[in-house]
Amino acid sequence: MNSLIRDSLDHCVKCTICETYCPVSQVTPLFPGPKYIGPQAERYRGAGPPADSSVDYCSGCGICTQVCPHDVKIAEINSRARAKLWEKRGVPLRNQMIARPTVIGRLGTPVAPLANWALHNRAVRGLVQSVVGIHRDAPMPSFAGRTFQSRARRHRGPAGAPAVVYFHGCGTNYYEPLVGEMVVAVLEHNGFRVIVPPQDCCGLPLQSNGNFPAARTYVRRLVDRLVPHARAGLPIVSNSTSCGLMLKREAHEILGIEDDDLKLVSESMYDLCEFLLHLHDRGELRTDFMSLPMTVPYHAPCQQRGHGIGKPALDLLALVPDLHMIELDVDCCGIAGTYGLKKEKYEISMAVGERLFKEVTATGSDLAACDSETCRWQITHGTGVKSVHPIELLYRAYGLDRRTRAGSVSPELQTARVSG
Amino acid sequence: MNVLRSLPWTPLASASLEHCSDAALRGFSTILVERRDLADGTTGRFHGLLHSGGRYAVKDPSAARECIAENRILRVTAADCVEDTGGLFVSTPWDDPEYGDQFLEGCRATGVPAEEIPVAEALRREPRVNPGIRRAFLVPDAALDPWKLVWGCARSAEEHGARILPYHRVLDLEVDGERVVGAHVRSERGGEEFRIHATVVINAAGAWAGQIAELAHCTVNVRAGMGLMIAMNHRLVHMCVNRCKRPADGDILLPLRTACVIGTTDVFVPDPDQTEIRQDDIDLLLDEGEKLVPGFRQARALHAWAGVRPLFEDTAKVAETRDVTRSHALLDHSSREGVAGFLTITGGKTTTFRLMAEAAVDAACEQLGGLRPCTTAQVPLAGSESHTLYQISHRLAAREPVPQSEEIICECELITRSGLEDTIKQRDTTSLDDIRRLLRLAMGPCQGGFCIYRAAGILHQGGQVDQAGANQTLLDFLEERWKGVHPILHGDQLRQARLDDWIFQGILDVEHLPV
Repeated sequence: MNSLIRDSLDHCVKCTICETYCPVSQVTPLFPGPKYIGPQAERYRGAGPPADSSVDYCSGCGICTQVCPHDVKIAEINSRARAKLWEKRGVPLRNQMIARPTVIGRLGTPVAPLANWALHNRAVRGLVQSVVGIHRDAPMPSFAGRTFQSRARRHRGPAGAPAVVYFHGCGTNYYEPLVGEMVVAVLEHNGFRVIVPPQDCCGLPLQSNGNFPAARTYVRRLVDRLVPHARAGLPIVSNSTSCGLMLKREAHEILGIEDDDLKLVSESMYDLCEFLLHLHDRGELRTDFMSLPMTVPYHAPCQQRGHGIGKPALDLLALVPDLHMIELDVDCCGIAGTYGLKKEKYEISMAVGERLFKEVTATGSDLAACDSETCRWQITHGTGVKSVHPIELLYRAYGLDRRTRAGSVSPELQTARVSG
Repeated sequence: MNVLRSLPWTPLASASLEHCSDAALRGFSTILVERRDLADGTTGRFHGLLHSGGRYAVKDPSAARECIAENRILRVTAADCVEDTGGLFVSTPWDDPEYGDQFLEGCRATGVPAEEIPVAEALRREPRVNPGIRRAFLVPDAALDPWKLVWGCARSAEEHGARILPYHRVLDLEVDGERVVGAHVRSERGGEEFRIHATVVINAAGAWAGQIAELAHCTVNVRAGMGLMIAMNHRLVHMCVNRCKRPADGDILLPLRTACVIGTTDVFVPDPDQTEIRQDDIDLLLDEGEKLVPGFRQARALHAWAGVRPLFEDTAKVAETRDVTRSHALLDHSSREGVAGFLTITGGKTTTFRLMAEAAVDAACEQLGGLRPCTTAQVPLAGSESHTLYQISHRLAAREPVPQSEEIICECELITRSGLEDTIKQRDTTSLDDIRRLLRLAMGPCQGGFCIYRAAGILHQGGQVDQAGANQTLLDFLEERWKGVHPILHGDQLRQARLDDWIFQGILDVEHLPV
């Protein structure tokens, strides 16, 4: 597998299409571009550590691989080179920290008010920037205080219904448990029983920060939790596009994990909107949508394009009466997971996002939609416009925010001011 | 016709570059005559293996001993040309594993360090190697960059006063009674003819040595054994991987700079200038590569080329060119034919080039009366003074830290504009092919598709050529490059060739360039 990624460099004809699409090299000379650092530089990488530190400036958005007409795994080559670089030098403490959302989540959740104060305090953030290297202005979510896992444990769904397994990811668990509750509510509204297995981080942040061994440990642990359900033939859905992609493809393609259990989980894995759209294609999605007279710009995150599923959110939301979605024609918001948090990369990340921010602002809407959590935080940071997962719009269109169905929606969710 | 290194004004010697370098280091006034460009002959076309001697340990022990000795020396004196890749001998399912015992015994007897390692360890080091191998042995093989070696020798020779005349043809040797006293040469570029007087002439013309010897009415029986090699787009192996068996065709796969090279074949050719690449031989190499590295046939092949080994036969006829010894032969024509002042050094291999030069110049010293000690085993070549071994990442590392504002002209080989301009000035050439041999211009995956017209433009901009000259050098280059590309065209390289063709024909309309 490792060699298959490298071997794909043989397909490069140097056409430069990737270079013209790379959002990072367009805004900074610090990244020499995907063709240079990918198939070109890879030929200069031998058995030893790579000589090119600049590979660390690849944000890992994956657009190069998607646009390559010759199927060169450019982003994957870069990802592996970055891992080799840090394998030799040792992953910096900062990268180790931000790459472990479960650790951060567990530390922050019990002391959420204090942690949230600190996360949004200028002086503390200034200190964190100089000591740890996380940029003081980088967008940080707030701890919800009570995790989605703990909420889900107390939730009783409908008995006897067909089951679906929910992989919610760390963002939902620690920061956006309400999104998780909406996912559950929408799935239950469509007649499913939602199983929420105990789960940890998928390892993606560790992978993109170059710590492959630790990333593999996390993936294996998560797969162990999910595989019994996959064996039982249940579909697994995720509202986190990047974490879902990790299980679908990257753990195998980038981390090189060859494992039947992983394969089974990969094959059972669906992006949430992808899953709902499949339901609709089979005529099984409830379409009792209420009118939502709104205009909302939509950004499809880079990682979602890696799924190769089109933009299912737009197809779904087109079913909602009077809801007008504007499809934004910008590739990347710049954040790329943890990339834009780093003090040396924050400015680059904001420069990459500039075009998207302008397009969002130009729509005049006070709400934007995007599937990926870190991208939503970045969009809000760059524009001041609240950004939501498409599921939130479906949830509202189903009228679930107004309805009380015993046991199906937590009281907190019913009273929460759902955006709009 | 061909190479010769001769001595000019006062005392002189002549021979191939390394002999020139050796003689110059010993204080001789030396002149080298080369019919085309340096490195255009056999040395520049070899596969790039700095032998440990393992390959010859069983059937040619003296060659093995020479190899390991020279291997150790060159790691020090030619460090900039050597990459310490290490070597691996493996018994594939097609090879008799018992040969491994003979191999170990041969290595022990000839002093070649060899160590058997578990198959699992070999596969961990080289994951692409055929998992069906049954035995594996480590030896100190290394990769030797033939062009850097040649330029290193040339610079050392010139720094010690030698004159090097590339693109000069030896028309005749001047014989005065029983003695060669000089050569009559012609510049292949300017056309002027002149005489070089020499006290000693060393004929180091390799596979062409017989042709030079004839000019002095001497006989040197050199057969030309053509060897074919194919460069693959990237390193499929990071060590020099050999089949553990009696040397045969296509049994070496080694990393050479960013590529890896499979070689070789050994076919007798009547004329060393007629090296036609046959499809059968290409197929043979690819098939043998597949045995070493499964999937080899699907990997991207960049280029095929052939070199000719000088195989010296003194007396008995040898049926197979593979059975001719790889040791060199030094012929003193005064004892052979009664012609003084004329030596021929031939046979041998690139790994032992330094030893050959030492032997030849020692013999020249003898003829001139008074031995001057050889220093090439101690004095580093120009460029290797720091004794830092070459590493594959060097050119990439030189571009760090990014950003660097300077434009890259050849993307595959990471050649910058100033690097190209400096080389053009220093070499004083208008031939893009000469520049290729100095810098590796256009040696990467696109084979010139993106860089060569840029380079032609820079030649023109620098005033080295006029418009017609720039067009001509571009066309000459393309014609030369295509010879090595078309025999291996398939898969990815075919796709590249199509794109290149659209650029050259569709955008530049090269067939109608005014020249």
